[in-house]
Amino acid sequence: MNSPSPSAPSRRPWSRESLFKAASHRLFWPAVMLVALMLVNLPSTPGYFSVGMRHGHLYGSLINILIFTSPHILVGVGLTLVIATAGIDLSVGAVAAIAGTAACWWVVRAPDQNAAATAMAAAGIGLAAGLACGLWNGFFVARMGIQPIVATLTLMVAGRGVAQLIGNGQIITVNSSSYALIGGWWGPLPSGILIAAAVVAATILLTRRTALGLLIESVGGNAEAARLAGVRARRIKLIVYVFCGLCAAIAGLMLSSNTSSADANNSGLWYELDGILAVVLGGTSLSGGRFHLGGTVLGALVIGTLNNTLFALGVPAQSNLVFEGAVVIIVCLLQSPVFRARFVAWRRRIPVGVAAARAASAEPRAPRVTGDPSGPADVPGAPAAPTTTEVSG
Amino acid sequence: MASDTSQTTPVLQMSGIRKQFPAVLALDDVGFRLLPGEIHALLGENGAGKSTLIKIATGVYEADAGQIRLGGVPVRLDSPTAAQRAGISTVYQEVNLCPNLSVAENILLGREPVRAGRIRWRELRRQAAELVARFGLDIDVTEPLDRYPLAVQQLVAIVRAVAVDVKILILDEPTSSLDRDEVARLFDVMRRLRDHGVAICFVTHFLDQIYEVCDRMTVLRGGRVVGEHPVAELDQVGLVRLMIGKDLAALDELASHVREPSGDPLLAARGTGRRGAIEPFDLDVRPGEVVGLAGLLGSGRTELARLLFGADAADSGTVSVGGEPATLHSPTDAIERGIAFCSENRKTEGLIPELTIRENIILALQASRGWTRPIPPARRDALVAEYIKVLDIRPADPDVAAGSLSGGNQQKLLLARWLITRPRLLILDEPTRGIDVGAKAEIQKLVVSLSEEGMAMVFISAELEEVLRLSHTVGVLRDRRLIARLAGGPDLTSDRIMTTIAGEVAA
Amino acid sequence: MTAPAVPSAPARAGRRLASVMDSKQLPVYVTATLFVLMFAGGASRYQNQNFLSGQVVANLFIDNSYLLVAAVGATFVMLSGGIDLSIGSVIGFTTMLTATLVQKDHWPLWLVAPLALAVGAAGGALMGYVIHEFEIQPFIVTLAGLFLFRGLCEVINKESIQITDHGVTRLALFQIPLPGGTFLSIGAVLSLAVLAVAVFSLHHTRFGRRVYALGGSEQSALLMGVPVGRTKIAVYTVSGLCSAFAGLLFTLYIQSGDPLHALGLELDAIAAVVIGGTLLTGGSGYVIGTLLGVLVLGLVKTMISFEGTLSSWWTKIATGVLLLAFILLQRVLGRRR
Repeated sequence: MNSPSPSAPSRRPWSRESLFKAASHRLFWPAVMLVALMLVNLPSTPGYFSVGMRHGHLYGSLINILIFTSPHILVGVGLTLVIATAGIDLSVGAVAAIAGTAACWWVVRAPDQNAAATAMAAAGIGLAAGLACGLWNGFFVARMGIQPIVATLTLMVAGRGVAQLIGNGQIITVNSSSYALIGGWWGPLPSGILIAAAVVAATILLTRRTALGLLIESVGGNAEAARLAGVRARRIKLIVYVFCGLCAAIAGLMLSSNTSSADANNSGLWYELDGILAVVLGGTSLSGGRFHLGGTVLGALVIGTLNNTLFALGVPAQSNLVFEGAVVIIVCLLQSPVFRARFVAWRRRIPVGVAAARAASAEPRAPRVTGDPSGPADVPGAPAAPTTTEVSG
Repeated sequence: MASDTSQTTPVLQMSGIRKQFPAVLALDDVGFRLLPGEIHALLGENGAGKSTLIKIATGVYEADAGQIRLGGVPVRLDSPTAAQRAGISTVYQEVNLCPNLSVAENILLGREPVRAGRIRWRELRRQAAELVARFGLDIDVTEPLDRYPLAVQQLVAIVRAVAVDVKILILDEPTSSLDRDEVARLFDVMRRLRDHGVAICFVTHFLDQIYEVCDRMTVLRGGRVVGEHPVAELDQVGLVRLMIGKDLAALDELASHVREPSGDPLLAARGTGRRGAIEPFDLDVRPGEVVGLAGLLGSGRTELARLLFGADAADSGTVSVGGEPATLHSPTDAIERGIAFCSENRKTEGLIPELTIRENIILALQASRGWTRPIPPARRDALVAEYIKVLDIRPADPDVAAGSLSGGNQQKLLLARWLITRPRLLILDEPTRGIDVGAKAEIQKLVVSLSEEGMAMVFISAELEEVLRLSHTVGVLRDRRLIARLAGGPDLTSDRIMTTIAGEVAA
Repeated sequence: MTAPAVPSAPARAGRRLASVMDSKQLPVYVTATLFVLMFAGGASRYQNQNFLSGQVVANLFIDNSYLLVAAVGATFVMLSGGIDLSIGSVIGFTTMLTATLVQKDHWPLWLVAPLALAVGAAGGALMGYVIHEFEIQPFIVTLAGLFLFRGLCEVINKESIQITDHGVTRLALFQIPLPGGTFLSIGAVLSLAVLAVAVFSLHHTRFGRRVYALGGSEQSALLMGVPVGRTKIAVYTVSGLCSAFAGLLFTLYIQSGDPLHALGLELDAIAAVVIGGTLLTGGSGYVIGTLLGVLVLGLVKTMISFEGTLSSWWTKIATGVLLLAFILLQRVLGRRR
């Protein structure tokens, strides 16, 4: 038997080693899931992967998925930056509703609903609403030091009320060809895809071409070390919450323009939860640090494809939530170091403690500071006391 | 006090203890004896193995080799609960109690008197009050614990620890945050316990307190026991020498600084202090001068340094930088004025472990420019490569995650981060701790050459030879106070510093 | 030590006030004061509409009985330092389960109710287990629970089911008379019973003290020998149980099962707990405060309906504003201490 030694380079491209290495990449499982979901569709929808042209517009299952997913991608992008600073924003759905409602409120009042100026002003108002919401959240988190869950929870609760207030409790319907353009077709492609792509590209530029990405990751990775290195954490946090609000507003504008109406109750419903799921699937950790915008896009696509597939298979729409819940749990289990250590231990029949210790020494993340019982650890590289964990909620 | 201790059976005996961690051998053939009815001090600097030994005794770690005997019977302590059940009670420095519960509840949590599932509150209060009174404490046991200062909370922790019949009490740095009166009260309680036959292991670094209340002491250094003595048989100078000194003959010669620093101070602190951290001090640092800070663990060196950097805000005094008054309320303020600070806690305050070497090195410089002005990639990579080379950081790959580096390389990475900002004043807190000898020498050489180029520096180290070798001036600290400023030179020996610390020579 | 001289009456009153200001019960007093002020304001404004009547107060208990039970469960979880986002979904699921079994399959209520409670409790226990064993944040795990229960609810039946079963209707309309001509519903009485059990459990049993200890400092609790794992799982089990019970009460109240029932109710429950003075970080708070929080929120709804011209979404805004105000208050009080 000629088994290759671990250090010898493998000749076959799909060797066990390279496959194992690929499998531990954080985007591996989401990508596999995406492909698998798409393939599941093939028997029932033979033309699943085909994209055709009709009336000058592209159409096909894949296009449908992209249309559905665009607002989720937008929200996910904003959430990614917030989560990277070890924060969270539960209010994005409500903010989307507020933005859409505010824009439609303006259009309905405009002298000429169809004028381009009307649509532009409406979009401006919607964006301003998103900006204001982002500032609100950012103020309470960054300046007042309130826990992000709580600070954004209040806007989540009150936000839909505010949206209903603007709309006077009714669904506002508008009849504006220019406003509908925002969410309509731009040439062969639906605008949603283009806007989402533009925002993703702009965010990537913003975070990687400037130093913003580095500073965000440092604040989330080790807030105290970042502070001692001179990073202005408060300013960074304010920026990401404002950005998140803007992204949510854009999504809200897209949604309301698509339907030429603003529904304060249902616009952007569950978006915050889907968004967090997309971010987590994409490999950004909820505890902050490195973020992966491409991963978030992939995660959103997985969710969109999942919904689309379930719909196409005739699974009642109600079950979607069950599947999504199951996916959340599975992904989080896979990401939990404790679960992985247990799994490895079970597979390889080694004691759990050894597996955990190996995992801990391999991980580049520093152990969480748990207040070592006997003062500062005096031995560099020593594992933290194994009995304590941080409380989070 | 038994003069012949070899006849009494130790209530706790650890022998041949060995503990290896990935990077370092923490304990090497360590033995420790605790006799009934004594207060026994356990001493040692950071890195000496003190905390590791305590963690083994309290079940947090298990030793790789060696044996633990309780009352002569070998036992295995594989968890904190096991140690508790074996009769070893520990009170930690952070007082691990629940501040939101009342004093009485904290004392009896888990042992509340119940009748048919219902807690008997009156009985609970009565029992707690009685226990507390037995220690001479006059507090209202119904008040929430956080209503009381840390000193009282510590005493409550002790009351809880001994509420069950306990034979061994380990007190881990209990006096770090106490004032004189509170310490006296604590010692009172300790003596009472000792007189009842409890064996107390008192982990501390305050020399006075050892001589005030302890019967015997064990000194650890470099993972080994360097001495076990009755307190009466070892004076303070001898003790300090055991802990940090070397044979005078073995000391290297001072590296000679070519240039003597002169001119106006770059940084001048007057009456700068922070309550609870360090008493007001005066300090000058001139360009090209290396000011070393010497003192035992807990003497306030880091606290002083943090004030100079704005990591903590001073609540008294003034600081002027380059002749102009400055308020240093945040690191950003200090960095703007050309001050840099290399923390001693590399992991928790220095590195961002999941970011790459490149990102960690460039962070401070980038942060000072703001997020809108990124350093051009070519220049960034050139700078990073230069510093990796100069400091010999390994692995030399800038894309490796910083968390995977060894201690020495992490330290060099942090140095690179700050050097790249070209500071006027560089504060180094224990830069050579836990580093191999080769890297140590490199860093020391770097310090000398930087000061030759005119950089002012504050250098903190627990190793006296190092401080002596590199400093123009040595500030001596003791018990959170700067007690002396000694000029460097051939007259300044480690012996003199040690005696200053020990207090036998006035500053 | 010499005995201190007896202080004069004004000094004693002053000290009393100082101790109240300083005590941990201050937030509860604040909420109680807010309730009284709101009620007084309502009484003066709606004089003609018979606001100041016993039945208005009783209606507060009747209309919010299910929220009270849900919030009590949430209080346990939040006192221990966690959070439970699945409350509303469990309630919705319970209504659907109950409605389906009673109305469609004609099961007797005395069989269905324990089953529903068991399912809720099991769900909570499972979530608590995952949170503790795998060290995953409660936020995410209970979020998954939210998805799962809401989904299961829709799987059972996607449309609303009206309950016309006579037994249920009789229970729902049953009135328990109180002095003064007012009455309470069975749901209200049951909810108060649950509250009483919660008060006893949290303040007079070892389990309750463990919950507080866990919220105060998990690390310390562990070192003090508190069985942290068991307590955590128990706390989420209680929350699941309370959510299911709230679901039963809600079914009774609204006499139907609907996949959209109690959508977002967890937020109201959390708001009630926070307004009632419990710290989000855990370890501090009183379940009596939760009752006051529920009453305050209920009063907001009542006043808005009395106002007539205001639409119901003001409730959401008011809830959000109150929540924010109390969080800021917690922060200010916390800093002073």
